[in-house]
Formats: sequence, structure tokens, C-alpha cells
Amino acid sequence: MTCLPSQSGKKLGLVIDLDTCVGCQACVTACKEWNTGGHMAPLTDIDPYGGHVDGVWFNRVHSYEHTTEMGGRTVNFPRSCLHCETPACVTVCPTGASYKRASDGIVLIDEDKCIGCKLCSWACPYGAREFDSDVGVMKKCTLCVDRIYNDNLAEEDRVPACVAACPTSARHFGDLGDPQSAVSQLVAERGGVDLMPELGYRPTNKYLPPRAHTNRAASVAAPALEPVRAEGGFLGWVDRMLSN
Amino acid sequence: MHPAFSVVFFTTATGAGYGLLALLGVLGGFQIIPPDFWLGFIGMGLAFGLIMAGLLSSTGHLGRPERAWRAFSQWRSSWLSREGVASVTTFIPAGLFGIGWVFFGRSGGWVTVAGLLTACGAVITVCTTGMIYASLKPIAQWHSRFTLPGYLIFSAMTGSVLLNALLQGFALGSKVQLAACLLLTLFGWGWKVATWRYNDRLEIATTANTATGLAGGTVRSLEWPHTEENYLLKEMGFRIARKHSARLRQITQLLAFVLPLGLLAIVSALSWPLAALLSILAAAIQFAGMLVERWLFFAEAKHTVTLYYGR
Amino acid sequence: MQGPPRGANSAPSQRPLADTRAPDEGDGVDTSPDVSDSVAKTTCYMCACRCGIDVHIKDGKVRYINGNKDHPVNRGVICGKGSSGIMQHYSPARLKKPLLRTGPRGSGEFREIEWEEAFSIATERLSAIRRTAPRKLAFFTGRDQSQSLTGWWASQFGTPNFAAHGGFCSVNMAAGGLYTIGGSFWEFGEPDWDNTRYFMLFGVAEDHDSNPIKIGLGKLKARGAKVVSINPCRTGYNAIADDWIGIRPGTDGLFVFALIHELLKAGRVDLDYLLRYTNAHVLVVQEPGAADDGLFVRNADGNPLSWDRVAKRPVSATDADAKPALTGSFTIGGRHCVPVFQLIADRYLDESYAPDAVAERCGIAVDTIRRIAAELAHVAFEQTIELPIAWTDWAGRRHETIKGRPVSMHAMRGISAHSNGFHTCRAIHLLQVLLGTVDVPGGFRFKPPYPRSAPPGPKPAGKTVKPMTPLDGMPLGFVCGPDDLLVDEAGTPLRIDKAYSWDAPLAAHGLMHTVIRNAWAGDPYPIDTLMMYMSNMAWNSSMNTVETIAMLTDSDEAGNYKIPFIIYSDAYYSETVPFADLVLPDTTYLERHDCISLLDRPISHADGPGDAIRHPVVEPDRDVRPFQSALIELGARLGLPGFINDDGSAKYADYADYIVNHERTPGIGPLAGWRGKDGTSTGRGEANPDQLQRYIDNGGFWHHDFAEDQRYYKMANRSYLDFAVQMGFIPKAEPIVFQLYSEPMQRFRLAARGHGPVLPPKGDRERIETYMDPLPFWHMPFEEAVVDLGKYPLHALTQRPMHMYHSWGSQNAWLRQITSQNRLFVHHRTAAGLGLVDDDWVWIESINGRVKGQIKLIDGVNESTVWTWNAIGKRRGSWGLKDNAAESNRGFLLNHIIGDQTSADAQGKRYSNSDPVTGQAAWFDLRVRIVKCAAEEAGFTEPQFERFQQPPHFEPSPDRLTFGAEFRRAREATE
Repeated sequence: MTCLPSQSGKKLGLVIDLDTCVGCQACVTACKEWNTGGHMAPLTDIDPYGGHVDGVWFNRVHSYEHTTEMGGRTVNFPRSCLHCETPACVTVCPTGASYKRASDGIVLIDEDKCIGCKLCSWACPYGAREFDSDVGVMKKCTLCVDRIYNDNLAEEDRVPACVAACPTSARHFGDLGDPQSAVSQLVAERGGVDLMPELGYRPTNKYLPPRAHTNRAASVAAPALEPVRAEGGFLGWVDRMLSN
Repeated sequence: MHPAFSVVFFTTATGAGYGLLALLGVLGGFQIIPPDFWLGFIGMGLAFGLIMAGLLSSTGHLGRPERAWRAFSQWRSSWLSREGVASVTTFIPAGLFGIGWVFFGRSGGWVTVAGLLTACGAVITVCTTGMIYASLKPIAQWHSRFTLPGYLIFSAMTGSVLLNALLQGFALGSKVQLAACLLLTLFGWGWKVATWRYNDRLEIATTANTATGLAGGTVRSLEWPHTEENYLLKEMGFRIARKHSARLRQITQLLAFVLPLGLLAIVSALSWPLAALLSILAAAIQFAGMLVERWLFFAEAKHTVTLYYGR
Repeated sequence: MQGPPRGANSAPSQRPLADTRAPDEGDGVDTSPDVSDSVAKTTCYMCACRCGIDVHIKDGKVRYINGNKDHPVNRGVICGKGSSGIMQHYSPARLKKPLLRTGPRGSGEFREIEWEEAFSIATERLSAIRRTAPRKLAFFTGRDQSQSLTGWWASQFGTPNFAAHGGFCSVNMAAGGLYTIGGSFWEFGEPDWDNTRYFMLFGVAEDHDSNPIKIGLGKLKARGAKVVSINPCRTGYNAIADDWIGIRPGTDGLFVFALIHELLKAGRVDLDYLLRYTNAHVLVVQEPGAADDGLFVRNADGNPLSWDRVAKRPVSATDADAKPALTGSFTIGGRHCVPVFQLIADRYLDESYAPDAVAERCGIAVDTIRRIAAELAHVAFEQTIELPIAWTDWAGRRHETIKGRPVSMHAMRGISAHSNGFHTCRAIHLLQVLLGTVDVPGGFRFKPPYPRSAPPGPKPAGKTVKPMTPLDGMPLGFVCGPDDLLVDEAGTPLRIDKAYSWDAPLAAHGLMHTVIRNAWAGDPYPIDTLMMYMSNMAWNSSMNTVETIAMLTDSDEAGNYKIPFIIYSDAYYSETVPFADLVLPDTTYLERHDCISLLDRPISHADGPGDAIRHPVVEPDRDVRPFQSALIELGARLGLPGFINDDGSAKYADYADYIVNHERTPGIGPLAGWRGKDGTSTGRGEANPDQLQRYIDNGGFWHHDFAEDQRYYKMANRSYLDFAVQMGFIPKAEPIVFQLYSEPMQRFRLAARGHGPVLPPKGDRERIETYMDPLPFWHMPFEEAVVDLGKYPLHALTQRPMHMYHSWGSQNAWLRQITSQNRLFVHHRTAAGLGLVDDDWVWIESINGRVKGQIKLIDGVNESTVWTWNAIGKRRGSWGLKDNAAESNRGFLLNHIIGDQTSADAQGKRYSNSDPVTGQAAWFDLRVRIVKCAAEEAGFTEPQFERFQQPPHFEPSPDRLTFGAEFRRAREATE
């Protein structure tokens, strides 16, 4: 059913820390690896060893140069499904293949119903959906729905593959509908933002912006160094220090 | 947006087909065009043909066309589903109208009702097609007040010019019909020019800043997540050079509006068979022009995902 | 959840849901699919990082790989390469069977042979060499993690011509550190991530210690510590720095000296630390022209002396009760002398190292240099930390707390890959030591088995080479003066790579990058067989690729190849395989045994030593063998002493057998864990036949956690030093004294002045005098010093992308999708000045040649620098790539234009393009200009090379990959 659930029990999603992401692609391939054998398997790669290689991925990392009057910085930017609260990718689907789960808010595709019209990918402003031309259906991030509840995994491993992999701890996971959850508090603390809020999709995933920097972190407010003014200059200072 | 031929042809052909169908339904139903087997047969055949060819073409865009029937289920939320439902539903009155008007040579009574219902169905279907595009917020050029009227106007325009060709073919052309064609084509031209002007001046609130959540200053793409083109870029990253686009706009105006206007104006001074010949030529040229227009409709539409790629 | 959260990503915001029961959604999604039949815990080998991995096996195939949460290196995280291991394992470029060359060298024409034939060909050839002139075998390994075996094999064979790839990778860092503080950056030490408040990261590129650094950066970010990066490029780790200093390449040393200058001038150095842990107070003879000028003043026992400023007399420098002077000038036994620290002050207080003097050359504002110096001083001296843990130093002095200065530093390839890299690395260590931040809380910390004495133990073997006779030690080691060099009486190098010669005296890792040229030229002598492992020397691992390829295929008048025979082992069809005469196909890392040994580069972290194994988790589906097992078999067939029993039979069945049963010295073998018959000994003990199983049962690794009081000040911590002796890390529990002034280097200088029995040839003397400076100094990189800077105004650098660092990523269907074409990154303003715009194709020209590529404009780079992702360009016909692959059509290799030799000096001599001290390849000295290419030249890279033929029975690479579909089919079939 492509009508949206009136209310989802939980709002599961990711929080991505742009202040910490080094663009190492760990989350990208961890996602690919899990999901190519997972719920939407396979994530087909066309022409994998040729000149027109094009595979299906659920998570991609861009890099940008952000220049403001404060200076420039390089920002690595992971992009994947934001599991929006009002996802048009769901409502535009003519077959009911695309749907938002009422229980946890995860946006999924029922592959058996998908006719591959691609309209959902047009309706998604974020480029979260990728078409698998080999099987003719759309595929997308499942928030590792086959990990987070998986009885066959150790309980501690029941987090999305990208979160488990991230070497710099730049990815977080939880219920963003619960203001008391650790992720919600992280978002509140760090001023997490929505992407393209003006479009009104109300993304669940949040991005933590890079911390303001002015070439001087607040923790180091060092007074300028003054030359030692002792008799004999620096060497005199050394002698005096040693005699103390 | 990638101007896939299947979709370009689909919207152009069904637009013209439903336009023609609606006009036949109304004019035939009210006996403004009297029942005539061959005229009816060819007219309804042309309308159905365009619609069927368009719908068939649209399945070429599908990854799993054999499942296309599933598209009728989500009419409550999806304009695409509504379009499917409307298009198929329209076949019911249209079929009845065709049987009555063409095969039974009747009008009035249930045939009139069927004709009116057909026209309603056709208009609704074209509306749903327009709404598929107009409802897509990530594409500002489509998500505008120009899109839905545009689909309706162009449907009426191409349908009307086709009808004129048909009537002229049967030496049944009329000044009123010609005037309607001229007016609709002029209106279409104006609408298209206004749409372009609007789009060219569009200030889109969504930028690389809002796309990345990085406030202030400039956000410039440094490296893509992949060095070769992927699905997103192939489907939504289509770019058209400004020069190329300007050229194609000129061609659109020439083929879809200027030449048909000129030809139809000449037609008004001619009689059968020359009038028929030029009317058919005008319809064919306009259809070709509308294909270019529709190609540009896609090619000039910029999806927000391109912001992530610095395009 | 059961137990405390494990692993690096275990913050409350990274844990599973409080209730992980699947909600009753009713959408038919299988939320609990069966994941794997078994999980094998082994060690990754996608790069040199040595992370622990859990390999999930389903239906006999690798389903997926994730990080081992208990592993000390990666603590559960895994990098982009690690997760892509599957694609490396199932790569279409994998070799299938031993190959014997049939066509001309370099063509790629081979026939498949059986292993028996391969072994007999190799045995026959190598036996003949061993019987006559063992040095005619040159054995060089690349990304080898088994150097304690391969080096020992070479030693048993009797050839000094052995090294791995450290000479073109890391030796400046290794030697710079080991000769200064007895330990080094990269995976041999780490910042105290949990306590540091100010972290300085030097140099471009990724690192051997990639996941630990990333985990550490995450911790710094979480704690709000300041990260300062000094790097021409603002990518990767530098992107998240609080302060990015886009320095001009090759000037880091100057920048560091300016910081030192500022700190000295302001009296912001840790004198107490210097007195206790360094040779700052040791007296240095100042008698110009004398044979002992610049050497330490020593007593009759040979111990260095210092001057007791209270007793006003010389005392042993190791006298814990003395009050040594750090400044002044003294006369002892008629010899004029000064403390080391006086020399340091004299040198670095000089105005030539003042911020004003270096700012322009470094491309860093004077204010910035001053500010960084002030911040360093502020954090080091005003934000000191004290851990409430008592410890006892080497002299028995008890300290109630562990004091720390929370400034830490790390340096990467950008420091290493310059011809001034050794001195720059030493400069960074000097800065750390002056601030008192080495192995203290919040500072840079050693990982065991380091620290060792500076420099560490054994000298390189190979002075005498005799047929049928093993060397009297290992081929690689540390020289302490000219007497230890491997040169003959005329000063001619004894090693084919000229390591430990006057060309590269402290070449602790050998010079693999010189071997092909020297073997081709017969300089210093011709060899017969070049045996290589796992290094792409005919492509991205060589400088001057075009000529290197020509040298590999060049023949003499008689039509014989100048390098007569090449044996190569690799798992994949790389650009080097076609140049081999005999190819020994290796397995992947998932099919083999390995040990990540304390004798080589273990998995220790600063809180305790560790080592690890690999073990086969899937069976090879082809006729390939682990190179180490093949080498052991070859050793036995050759009858090398260490590889056979008394009766001549093979001593080890394979590498696994060797790992368990080999003892380097009694009780010490490749693995430290679970030694002794019953597995209860650690470090030392008899071989334990169950040792590998014990490792497997423990997750593939062994790790020992230090007691709290052993974790810092390891250079002088009695409890640690005793432990290190017991483990065999160091011979005696003596303090390790940081050598700010390097006496071994001064010995070379004295030789250059004509003192001593081993003297450099006249032509080398000035070079030795200049570069063997016992205190670090800065000199201009060699290429920069000779080229016309007006003509070649730009520095050119390369970095490996993080997702490919140290891995052969281009054959990897997933990784190559991320990067299959490299661009040349050019600063906006630089490009504007040259009339270039984004996507233009340009010629990149150096004095050595030109290469064509496409540019991308960028802001985050030093304006005088261009750079590109390294080793993306590939040769057609290699790596299982199709002919239209971007890698061989649009990707380019900068190596083509990096010279492998310096320009001729006044005598016409050309040295290797390397650091004059260590022989480290000076990749980053390159100077270029860029020129827009003609319109018809755009769109494709040049130079192009002939396409390699494919080996027999190589199937064309697939047009489509649906990896994982089989697991889904199997799942759905059982539903």
C-alpha cells in the first residue's frame, strides 16, 4: 500500500556526523557486501571489469569543498535513503511495491510488486533509489532490516552494516521518534539538520554539520610565545631552570 | 531528466490521442460531426491507435512490463496509478461510443452520454498524466503551475489539429474548426513560451547547500562516489547545453506552432484536396514538433539529485 | 544486551535497539534470514593494517566479512577494502597454475606447468647459483608480511641481496625514528588517542595503521581535542582537521625547525625530560679536524660522559644522581667539548630557522607558525595530565604519578617520500622530545616490541658471501658507522641494491627500487636470477616505468636477457607477471596460513604486545600454493641448512608447520602466544603443536595487556624493560636513551674527512659530509635543487585512495567503481593562471618525460602543488580488466615521469633518486609543469603500452556480477 501509514510506531534512522567522516568508503562497501547477499540481493554490477561499470549501491560517499567567509573545508558526505516521514517515493508508486512500514518507519520495496517504472527514483530528491536493470526492479537501502531484528546474529551485531563498519564512528543508529533515545539526544546536542527541508519530505536521517572552525579550536587559546627575557637569553634561562 | 524516447513518445501520442478522442466524443455525441462509418472508423482508430501506441511505448520504460497490471492498484495515492485506471476506464465509454457512433451510425441518447463520458475520461487521463510530472517536487521545472495546463492545452491543440486533418480529409472542414485549431495552437505557443520564460527565471530554493545541509557560502562537488556514470546520472543527470537547448526551442516553435499556424491559415483559403493535404501535413509537423517539445520537457528538467553531483 | 558493549562503535547511539524483536509488520519481510553456516576469524590482508576479520561462510562461499570486535587493531570496524575482500578473492585476474614463459618477455605468452616442473626449474637454477656465487640471486619481496621468513630464507641461501618494499615506502620513517628514539611512526607507535589534546598529523596519504588512526580520530573528535594537519592536500583525515596547514611539499622539516626555534626562544622545552631520557647532556668533542671531532666524550668503559654542574666534573651520562649541564663549554682531558643541547640551541636558535626566514618557502604565514608553536607550548606545559599510577624508572626511582604532556604527532608518507625525509622525520621526533611527549600520557606511544636501543641491535650481514654457506646473520640491520657498511675496499657496494653503501648508508630496509636498474646495468655486478614476490615492479611500484620495462626486456649482443632469469610469485595477473620467466601462483589471504609476528610487524598496541595468524577459511579452487609454503619447499629442495633435517629431509611440511615449530633463538619463534608443550608460556617457550588451534580458538590472535605501571615511559620503565627482556624484545633491561645527536652519523662524516679505516670514495665525500649531519637539518629536495623552477613550477604528488591503499583495487569490481579514473587535482588559481578549466586534458611534464591526464579543479591544495590518485592507471591486458576499462584509457600513472635517478653530479655520477641517508625512494620530489593538450589529443591517456596476452585458460571477465543472488536463492528455496 503506497498510502503512508498515519503514524509509525518508531522512526528508525541514521545519524551521520559530517564533522568526523573522512570519506574512507568503509560504510559504502560494508553496505554493498551485506546487501548484495541480503534482503534485496543481489546488488547487480553491470560491466564490472569494463569501461561502463555501473552497479547498484545503497550508500554512496561524495566529497565537497565548502567555502564560506570563515575559509574552506573539505566535507565528505555519505548519501543513502533517509527513510522520510512523508516520502513521495512511496506515494507515487503505482503498484504498492514501495511502502513505508508502520511499525518502524523503514521505507522498503516489495520486489515482487515492482514493475520498474522508476517513478519512485524521480520522486526521491536524494537519489536514494537505484534501479537494477538486470532484474528490472528498483532497489534501495533497507536500513538493514535483515540485520537489526535478526535472531541469527549476535544481539550486539543487530545494527546496520554501515554503522558497524564505520572506522571513525561517524554513523549512528536508533529511534529518532523517541526524543529520549541516544540518537535524538545526539542530534539535539549537535544541531543535526534535515537535507532539503524545503521539499517537505521530513527525512528521518539527520546530518550533524561540521563544527565551526576558525583555524583555532576553542580548546586551545594559547597566548603568544614571548622570548625568555633572562640574562643570557635562552641559555641563561636553561641554566637558571636547572639550578632551581 | 533523461529524455527516454519511450516516455517522450508516450506522453505526446496519448496527449494527441486523448485530445482527438475527447473532441470526437463531444462533437460526435452532439452530432456536430454526423455519424459516418469511414470518418468515424479512421477518427476513432487514429485516437485509439495513438493512445495504444503511447501506452505500449510507456511499457518500454518498465523493467518488468509483464507486471504492468499491478499499476492499477494504488489509485488512492499515485498519479501514475490513477493515469492507468483513468486510461483504461476511458476505454469503456469510448468503446461504447465507438460502437454506437461508428458501427451503428448513431448519435444522441446513450451514444451522446458515452461520448461525453469518453471526453471526460480523456480529459481526466490527460490531467493524471500531467499530474505525474507536476507532482514531482524534486523537479522544479515540472512542479509548477504551468505543467498541468500545458498537458491539457497541448492535448487539446494536437487533438484539434488532428481532427481538422481528419475532417478536411473527408472534405468536412469548417472555418470554426480551423479557427479553433489556430486559436489553440496560438494559445499553446504562448503557453510554451511562458513556461520557458518561467523556468528560465526559476529561483529554486533547493541548492547544493540545502542538499548537503552545509549552510552558507558555496558547496562545490569535488569527487563523485563513482567515476563512471551510474543509474542516477543516466536517468536523472541528463544535461543539455544552453546553445543546444535554444536551438531545439526554436525548432519546437517552428514545428509545433509556426508552421502549423501558417499551413492552417493557408488551408482556410483552399479547398479539398489541397486543404486536406496541407491539414494532414500541419498535423504531422505539429506532432513532430511536440515530440521535440516533450524531449526538451525532459531534457531541461533538472532533478535535485544532480545537485549532489555538482551538475 | 549480554555483557558490556564491545568494539569501537559501541556508543549508546550505535547500539542495537533496546528491543530487537521484529515488529509485527505483516509485510512478509524475512527479518531473520540465516546468515552463515560458520564464522572463521582470521586476519585481513587487503592492506598492511592487519585487522581482525570475521569471515562468514555460507554454502562454502564467503557471504560477508566484518571486523572482529575483540581484535586490538580494528576493534570491530572494517575499512572499505576489508569489506571488499570478497571481490579480491573471487577476482577474475587470479592466476590458476604455475606458468612458464613461452613468448618474449613482457608479451604475456605462457604455458601452464605443474608445480613439480616449476620447483625443478627453480631448484636447478638456484642450486647452480648457490654452488658458485650466491649473491647472484636477488630476492626482493613487496607487500610481504612474512619478512622474518623470507629474510631468513635469503640468509640461509647465502645471498645478501634481500629486502622487502620498505626502501620505497617507509625507511625514512623507520630509520628516522629508530636512530632517534628507538621506535617509529606508522604501525610501530601511536598517539595516546584517549588522552591527547593536541594532535599534529604530518604528510599526505593513508597509512599502514589506517583503522587505528581512524578510530583514534573518531575519539579525538568525540573529545573535542584539536587536530592540526600539515599537508599540501586537504583530503581524507585532513578534511576533518580543525586546522589545515597546506604546506609546500618537502618543507615540513623547515616548518618543524621554525616551531623548535620558537619554543627554544621562549624557553618552552621540557628540560627535565631531556635530562632523564635523552642524550641532550652528553658531551660532544669540538676539535675541528681531529679524528674524534663530533664524537661523544667517553670514559674508560666507553660510556658517554656529561658535566656535573654541581660537582663541576665529568660524570657518566647514565649516572642517575648527577646534575648534568645542558649548556656551556668544557675541557676534559685536553679536549674541548659541549653538551648536545648546546649544539641544538646553537643550531635552531639561528635566525635561518626563524618563522620569518622559512614562511615563504613553506607557504605558511609567519603568524600561523607562531600560533602553532604557542599552542603546542600551551597544551604541553599548561594542560599537563597526571595519571594516578605509581611506577618505577630504570634507576629504581619511584614516581607516584605518570605525568604527561598531551601533545601527540604522527607522520605519514608525505614525510617519508622526499630526499630530505630522514632528516625531516628526525626533526619531528626532536620536536616531540623537546616537548617531552614521547611515551607519556597524551603523547606519542611506542608499541611493543619497541622501543629498542637507538639504533637497534643487529648489523646487516653480507660482508662475506661464500658458496653453499649461509650468511652470518640477517641481510637487513642497522649500521653504527662506516665499519658496518657492506662495501669492498674500493668502496664498491656489496649488495645489488647498494644498500649500506656510501650511496645509502642507513638503508635499513634495502632499496628494492634500484634492483632492476642495477641488475640490468651489472652495477655493481651482474646477477643471474631476480626472484620477487607481490610487488608490481613493472608498473606502479617502480619509478621511471617506461625505462624499467625496457630494462626488464633488454638483451645483450648474444640475445640473452640482461637480467637472465626472473621468478615471480603473485596471486593475480598484474603488470609484472608477464615479465617473469617462471610464475608461482599464490593463494589469496583467505586460503593460507600466515603469521603477523613480533619478529616482523605485529598487531601490538601501546598497551601491550600481540600477534596474529591467518588460516585457510576457504579451500583454493585452483592449482595455487601459498608463496611461503612454496618457498619452504624450495628451501628444502635446495638443501638450505635451516630447511632440512640432518638426514636431508624437509624440516617443515609447509608454512603452518614452520610457524609452529621454527625457533629463531631458543624458545622464540614466529608466534609469542601459547608457547610451551602445554601452551602456558608466553613469549618464550618450546614449540606447542596446538599453537595454531589456540590462536584460532582465540579469534586468530594473541594479545597481552600490560600492567598499569608498564604502559608509559617504556624507554625507562623498569617493569616494562624487565618484561621486554623476558619477551626477547631487548637484550638487557637498560634504559633506551633518545639520540637527539646521532653519533653513528658523525662517524660517517669523520670518514668523509679522511678518518678511520673505511673511507668513502673521493666523489662521495662531500655528499656524506653534508647529509650525515648528526643533528637534523633541512635541505632542498634533490630534484627541486637542480631543475629550472621557472620551467617546472609545480610539485606533483600522489596518494592512494583510502579505499585502495595497499590493495590491488583495480581488479576489484566494487572498489574500481569508486575510482576507475584518476584526475590531476589542480588549484583553481593555478589553473586560472594557465588558462585551464575543469575537465581539461593536459600533458604533465617533468624532466623525465610526460604523461597525459584530465584535470579537476580544487581549492584544498597547496597552490604550487598538483596531485592525483596513485596506481589507478593500468596497462591493457592486466588485472582481468577489459580493453575499454577507464583505467587503461583515461587513468594515468604518474610513475612514468618520476625519475629513478638523480641528475648527474659534477663527477657525472647519478645516484638513485632517493634520500642520501637511507636510500628511501624520493617519489614526492617530482617537479612538473602542466600544458593543455591539443584538441585531438584529449580524451585518452598517454603513454600507451602494448596489450598483454592473457595466460592460458583465462576466461574473459564477466559482463555482469550478481554476487549474493545465490544466497538469496538458497534462502528462498528453503522457505
